[in-house]
Amino acid sequence: MTRSDANDVDHPKSGGTRQLTRFLDRQDLEVLIQRLTDDGYQVVGPTVDQGAIVYGDITTSADLPIGWTDLQEAGRYRLQRRDDDAYFGYVVGPHSWKKYLFPPVTVVASADRTEVGWQMSTPDETPPRYAFLGVRACELAAMKIQDKVFTGGPFVDPIYQARRNAAFVIAVNCTQAAPTCFCTSMNTGPRCSSGFDLALTEVVDGFLVEVGSDAGNELIQRLPVTEATSKQLARGETSRQQAVDQITKRMDTGGIQSLLMDNLRHPQWQDLATRCLSCTNCTMVCPTCFCSSVSEVSDLTGDHIDRERSWDSCFNIDFSYMNGGPTRNSIASRYRQWLTHKLATWHDQFGTSGCVGCGRCITWCPVGIDLTQEVAAIRSSPGLKADDIERDASSNGEAAS
Amino acid sequence: MNLAAASATANPHNPWLAHTVRIDRIVKETPGVATYDLVFEDAAVRKKFTFRPGQFNMLYLPGLGEIAISISGDPNQTGRVPHTIREAGNVTRTLAELSVGSTIGLRGPFGAWWPVDECVGRDVVLVAGGIGLAPLRPVIYDLLSDRERYGRVTLVIGAREPAALLYPSEYDDWIRAGLDVQVTVDRSVGTWHGNIGMVTALLHRLPLPDPGNTLLLTCGPEVMMWYTVQGAMERGLKAESLYVSLERNMNCAIGLCGHCQFGPQFLCKDGPVFRYDKVASIFKVDDL
Repeated sequence: MTRSDANDVDHPKSGGTRQLTRFLDRQDLEVLIQRLTDDGYQVVGPTVDQGAIVYGDITTSADLPIGWTDLQEAGRYRLQRRDDDAYFGYVVGPHSWKKYLFPPVTVVASADRTEVGWQMSTPDETPPRYAFLGVRACELAAMKIQDKVFTGGPFVDPIYQARRNAAFVIAVNCTQAAPTCFCTSMNTGPRCSSGFDLALTEVVDGFLVEVGSDAGNELIQRLPVTEATSKQLARGETSRQQAVDQITKRMDTGGIQSLLMDNLRHPQWQDLATRCLSCTNCTMVCPTCFCSSVSEVSDLTGDHIDRERSWDSCFNIDFSYMNGGPTRNSIASRYRQWLTHKLATWHDQFGTSGCVGCGRCITWCPVGIDLTQEVAAIRSSPGLKADDIERDASSNGEAAS
Repeated sequence: MNLAAASATANPHNPWLAHTVRIDRIVKETPGVATYDLVFEDAAVRKKFTFRPGQFNMLYLPGLGEIAISISGDPNQTGRVPHTIREAGNVTRTLAELSVGSTIGLRGPFGAWWPVDECVGRDVVLVAGGIGLAPLRPVIYDLLSDRERYGRVTLVIGAREPAALLYPSEYDDWIRAGLDVQVTVDRSVGTWHGNIGMVTALLHRLPLPDPGNTLLLTCGPEVMMWYTVQGAMERGLKAESLYVSLERNMNCAIGLCGHCQFGPQFLCKDGPVFRYDKVASIFKVDDL
């Protein structure tokens, strides 16, 4: 591995020695998909649907967004035809792979009324075996982050873990970047360095293929690959460098934990509240956001209950509801929770930032809020640590028991 | 891939699985508050279940949902697991309509506990406000079960009114066992001859002969705990000798759902009991 970063976890896929880079002819991408399908994997990857590039089932390479690219900026996303037939000539869409590993809706437990009272159970299902085709470096980083959240303990989410263990990961190196991308600031990309079984770099007539695991090595033996020529390698390097060169957005992460946590009363939060709609889009598209709620879903008899876990968001007012009212009653407090968690307290909790720099929250924010600009605004006028403790204390002086 | 296999084997039990428990006894405590003694249906689980003072369980009423409730019983006794519950929302109101013999679900125990081991050889002050006495009762039982190991042990109880005092029938037993019990109410009634005012006023005049060697554990409304820790520090107690038990919306109890975050802390797995200096910087931030 050429690069180590804070997001690296102890993971079999991050080990191993780098092998020869191979070359897969463009038309043989079909063979890769077929081999995975024959091996029992459900191949999922980018498809064009609903005016965006979203992840869905892939049965043939024709399902991929051939010749499409995405134009992104704060609050804006559009598809556009490319002047070539690239399979992976786009950046990232609104979906992330978390929808497969941490499903938007899933049953975590059930209850049945019996003659001897309520009996509880947990689902005993064989996890789907996904082959993820087209995972970007920032998304590999996001998976490593969610690995820590869901499997780092003290408790392990069995649903995430089973799906993650069963998954086969084919990464694709970015050869272009959007104005919303800032993975280089977060040390997550654009180069895929670990956490994959195979990694592809798309060049004009095919793909450079790197092996990242034993499973990847086993599969590549059954693919019609050749040893990559120095010319092909150079082309790949040029393509990957193009992505690096296109990244213009930066976020200064220096001392970001104390920057944000020392400024919990900064006026920027109020300024944000005048723009943020608290719509939850940023948390839905974020590849690391993991908040959820369990609700009770009863059948008509009321004798069988499923406990259904759904994605939730710290931007929902009910999210912090506690005997009598929400703890975070204002948009300012909810945005502050999201941003401080993502960029600051995530470090305390999981030893890594919760942000991978994919830019989705910027693109999909309906009013175009850009978190990197909000951080910069706080950084440009820090020190407003108006410590209201004394004032708070004197205004809450009643009902002390 | 065998991702994180180590942590999986360390915790093989599916943390989403609730055990069936039967309501064995219901004790009406105060208006709207009752203690439910729960017994695991599975004898093996019953035998194995242990908890530390301050830990909580998720009680589950199928079709209604789960609630996080601190265990209010004696950690040295097995069998019946008591939970003192105030009617507050859908789940607790429905629970109040159940009778002895009904079954519900239980996951737990979860969370960090009061520093009972650190209390050995030291003076201890427990400050409880209202229902906040329930999560502290296991500490009382624990300390009194081996009373000689500790110095002065004082319990300061505050309640809105005399009728709202929790477990009053036990106070004499506790006093006989070596606990200094101090009680105060916000509002008096004609028959009340005790203290009137906030727990902080009582704390202010409490004899604290060795403040540098005194631990204070408090549970109650956040504002009460805030004034309690401020008052304790004014009396010479160290911030690292003060413990609070916090409350936030709790959904999964296993650190996976995000609801109970308080700054960097997950209340379910890092708390609910915190050493005060760990949360001091964010304790009084509005809407955090």
